[in-house]
Amino acid sequence: MAKVKGAVVVNVERCKGCNLCVIACPSDVLELQPREVNDKGYHYAYMKNPEECIGCANCGYVCPDACITVYRKKID
Amino acid sequence: MSNNIIDPANMIYTKPELMNDNQMHYCPGCSHGVVHKLIAEIIDEMGLREKTIAVAPVGCAVFAYNYIDVDWVEAAHGRAPAVATAVKRLNPDKLVFTYQGDGDLAAIGTAETIHAANRGENIATIFINNGIYGMTGGQMAPTTLEHMKTATCPNGRDIHLNGYPLKITDLLAQLPGVCLVTRQSVHTAAAVKKTKKMIRKAFENAMEGKGESIVEVVSTCNSGWKLSPAASNDWMVENMFPAYPLGDLKNI
Repeated sequence: MAKVKGAVVVNVERCKGCNLCVIACPSDVLELQPREVNDKGYHYAYMKNPEECIGCANCGYVCPDACITVYRKKID
Repeated sequence: MSNNIIDPANMIYTKPELMNDNQMHYCPGCSHGVVHKLIAEIIDEMGLREKTIAVAPVGCAVFAYNYIDVDWVEAAHGRAPAVATAVKRLNPDKLVFTYQGDGDLAAIGTAETIHAANRGENIATIFINNGIYGMTGGQMAPTTLEHMKTATCPNGRDIHLNGYPLKITDLLAQLPGVCLVTRQSVHTAAAVKKTKKMIRKAFENAMEGKGESIVEVVSTCNSGWKLSPAASNDWMVENMFPAYPLGDLKNI
């Protein structure tokens, strides 16, 4: 059965760690880095469960800093 | 496996091209960023990149011209609709819109806002309403809710002393010069899509010369409200939406 898989790429330096993408994600894919920070000192978002991503782009829509790029592909 | 998903052919969502790489000065989680993004996307989709003149307000969005690569005019506090009137009348084939907060549109610029709407100027107005003066440190605005705590009313807004929250879009909907008045928000992906549709409609109205369109976006100010971005969204749903219900007030 064809399955839709997605992937999220976060522009780490643009991310301000607001956590809104983490909340918007229906598949619990994203999380803020618990320890790592970017140059501005924000705990940026990353894919905690990359396998769960369905590429719905909800995280991208709600991101106020436009730092999320979403990819989606059908995998047979 | 994820390596072959990340390919330009599979890209479904990214930063709009019209939004440049300048880091936005807004606080983490601020609704301004989402609305900026929508405006950049819509201008691009409508092919008006070289035909847009935007008017920036005074308030947090004062630096909006640093982030969206179209032509901008910076207006004096509250005077964005007056400046936009002149710009549109001199350039009738351009898309002219103002981007204003509640302090700019509903407090100091009330006269300009109401008269531009009453004249039916062919402009669009994006109105960010977060019920507070965000830029200056979270003081009470005319749109502040009853009992809402701010820096200048630490015990909550007292309507006997400070009056009632001003629902300026409801007032504007009464005016015959206005063709679209809608109230939206950007707290969920679904709400973002709806808001995008309405902003696009407003821009189309401005280009077709149907009169003024006002899109109010009920927003958060997590720094001013002293809440986390996620908690402010919940607070907004619980408190702002009953006072500022979402939906179209006028759409002709």
